[in-house]
Amino acid sequence: MKLIYVLAFIPFLGVLGGIFFANRVEPYVLGLPFILFWIVAWVVLTSVLMTIIYMLDPANREESR
Amino acid sequence: MNAALPVLFVFLALAIYLGIRSRRGKDMDLEQWTVGARSFGTVFVFLLLAGEIYTTFTFLGGSGWAYGKGGPAFYILSYGCLAYIISYWLLPVIWRYAKENRLVSQSDFFVSKYRSPYLGVLVALVGVVAMVPYLVLQLKGLGLIVSTASYGSIPEWVAVVIGVAALVIYVTISGIHGSAWTAVAKDITVLSVVVFLGIYLPLHYYGGFENMFQQIEQAKPGFLTLPKEIYSPWWFVSTVLLTALGFYMWPHTFGSTYTAENERVFRRNAIFLPLYQLVLLFVFFVGFAAVLKVPGLTGDKVDLSLLKVSTQSFDPWLVGIIGGTGLLTAMVPGSMLLIASSTLLVKNVYRVFAPATSEAQVGRLVKIMVPVVALVAMYFTLSGSSTIVTLLLLGYSFVTQLFPSLIFSLLPNNFVNKYGAAAGILAGVVTVAYLTLTGTTIGTLLPSLPQGAKDLNVGIIAMFVNVALLLAVSLITRGLTAEDEEGVRGEALES
Repeated sequence: MKLIYVLAFIPFLGVLGGIFFANRVEPYVLGLPFILFWIVAWVVLTSVLMTIIYMLDPANREESR
Repeated sequence: MNAALPVLFVFLALAIYLGIRSRRGKDMDLEQWTVGARSFGTVFVFLLLAGEIYTTFTFLGGSGWAYGKGGPAFYILSYGCLAYIISYWLLPVIWRYAKENRLVSQSDFFVSKYRSPYLGVLVALVGVVAMVPYLVLQLKGLGLIVSTASYGSIPEWVAVVIGVAALVIYVTISGIHGSAWTAVAKDITVLSVVVFLGIYLPLHYYGGFENMFQQIEQAKPGFLTLPKEIYSPWWFVSTVLLTALGFYMWPHTFGSTYTAENERVFRRNAIFLPLYQLVLLFVFFVGFAAVLKVPGLTGDKVDLSLLKVSTQSFDPWLVGIIGGTGLLTAMVPGSMLLIASSTLLVKNVYRVFAPATSEAQVGRLVKIMVPVVALVAMYFTLSGSSTIVTLLLLGYSFVTQLFPSLIFSLLPNNFVNKYGAAAGILAGVVTVAYLTLTGTTIGTLLPSLPQGAKDLNVGIIAMFVNVALLLAVSLITRGLTAEDEEGVRGEALES
């Protein structure tokens, strides 16, 4: 399987699978209850992963004009 | 008269001005009016797609859920980011096919892929039925915002009527161009207002974010996490997954992807849209700040928490700006819903039964349809149904039923035919309607299941029924469509 698909799958694991472990208030991180911090962290990580995917994906190079 | 009112009217005038201005120098045929002649770059498509995230539902509903339900509200922040990942691969494929075949609506896509105008009628009707409650919700939000921000001097119904008039005017004149420009104004104000409120309120009332959350946790233990039952982690997982799949199935969202000038627009947006979503975090902060400061709102009144805490904390002029922002959050999605539903009704329903209608006539009829749809929505808004959230969830479950047929149609060797697609969509929609209206949950259907399975979103059942019928009917009717398929292959070879 291509690396970019594996990368795209990670946030699904983090958000959906992780919620069972992250469903707690303590410890507070950056002033946020842990569950909220966990979700925010995955939103940010998704953006990072999508940037990497965008750079790795040959489709974006072929089209560059 | 208080200072909030003039400020509100400045916002309304701005929205109409942007709508009228944006049409300058453009010949408004149907393709220009509905999909902006497929000329929008990253920024405009970004704003159109983002515009649909920050609707009155998120502005008032997001803070309302944080205020009323606590932890479960976090699902609103989670599904978008998964939907954007899917969009990276899904939207370019849809866009390319739509461009090659000059499609302007979501229903066109199904008509073209499955070679059946009647399947298009079904898809169009499902879409319109799902969109009307969504439009009603925007109008209701509009009424709440304007009447609260005017401290009651403008009654809700007057606000709704003025809002509908403004919407119809600029949608008729400028089509999607008006939505795009108003989206620019909206996003600038919504960002500033929400970030300001989300930072100011927790600091002002609690001296910090962690303090605020600790005080809430002390007053209401467990409020900030997902509970063990009903809104449990299993509810969260199934709801986030279903909503992420349904995300781009809304006809107006699907339609606004056609506006892009090229495919990379979507891939680039998949990077930025998740971050943009973080604005929701501040919406939550507002709702949480209100928990201990304006307690006592229950039922559908929780949607007022943002406005209540604002009028309690600020001068009228600032309340006016907050209200004006709310006004724009209703106008942008409202206008896109109007464009999408009128286009569907004329092009994909009316024209199928009156094939002689010319392209120019379709264009005219769509614009006549705009005030008609707006008036229907206004009627439902003013007749005051209290079950709007139920209707919205129903709408979301409806459009999600289009997902399986869409995905199958993208496969290189799609064995699902038009009969299968129609059967699946119909069965899914009927299941959703039945389960929602009777209040059935998985727990009441199968009481012996463990708690986790009982909390699963009921839409999952409809999805199963949908896919099962889609596959079964496609297999049974295989012979019926053999001739059609040969025709398709023949044409494909020629082209």
